[in-house]
Amino acid sequence: MENRIFIKLTEDQLSLDECYKFVQDNSCGGLALFVGTVRNNTKKKEVKALEFSAYEPMALKEMKLIARRALELFGIEKIAIHHAIGNLEIGEVPVIISVSSAHREAAFKACQFAIDTLKETVPIWKKEFFEDGEVWVNAHP
Amino acid sequence: MKIETLFFGMSRDLVGHSPITFELDEGVTVKIFREILLKNYPLFSELDSFAIAVNEFYAEDAFVLSDKDTVAIIPPVSGG
Repeated sequence: MENRIFIKLTEDQLSLDECYKFVQDNSCGGLALFVGTVRNNTKKKEVKALEFSAYEPMALKEMKLIARRALELFGIEKIAIHHAIGNLEIGEVPVIISVSSAHREAAFKACQFAIDTLKETVPIWKKEFFEDGEVWVNAHP
Repeated sequence: MKIETLFFGMSRDLVGHSPITFELDEGVTVKIFREILLKNYPLFSELDSFAIAVNEFYAEDAFVLSDKDTVAIIPPVSGG
């Protein structure tokens, strides 16, 4: 199972191409990709920048658990879950999830499951910087 | 027993630094440890909630801590 999972937590820029190439598989009829981006506002207040920090060893374990559960629950072929840490500018990409599957329904479902679960369980924290201060974000809508 | 405790996110700002080592009685559960934290750091009540991980896994309230365990305070996560 482990060779069907690609987990990464990095201060480098994430690569859509890397996630795409990992899951690409000739037995699959579809790939689903989710790309999270840094939004320029929170509740209509302008966000200048973001900082992500993580409890890295545990975050990697939790991301791997999500990937294993996605493989088991949806019968998908491969999954990549990549998350960036450190400072990110507006429009940059903190998270990419890619999934390949024989059929599209499982790929869509597994992709949604993975991002929803990541937002609930993976110990990563976002701090938003505004013109007039900074705030730890403590919700996962 | 000695329990090294890591603080993350907002909880790190509240206590000022991380890690902190606590000297605790044998048999302390996660639930009791949570109460000890709240007593030592009243500001923790500002957090909506926080989870506790032991040796990099989420721990239930009934989990009994052992000497040299590493505990982590996990305020509400906001990755993605």
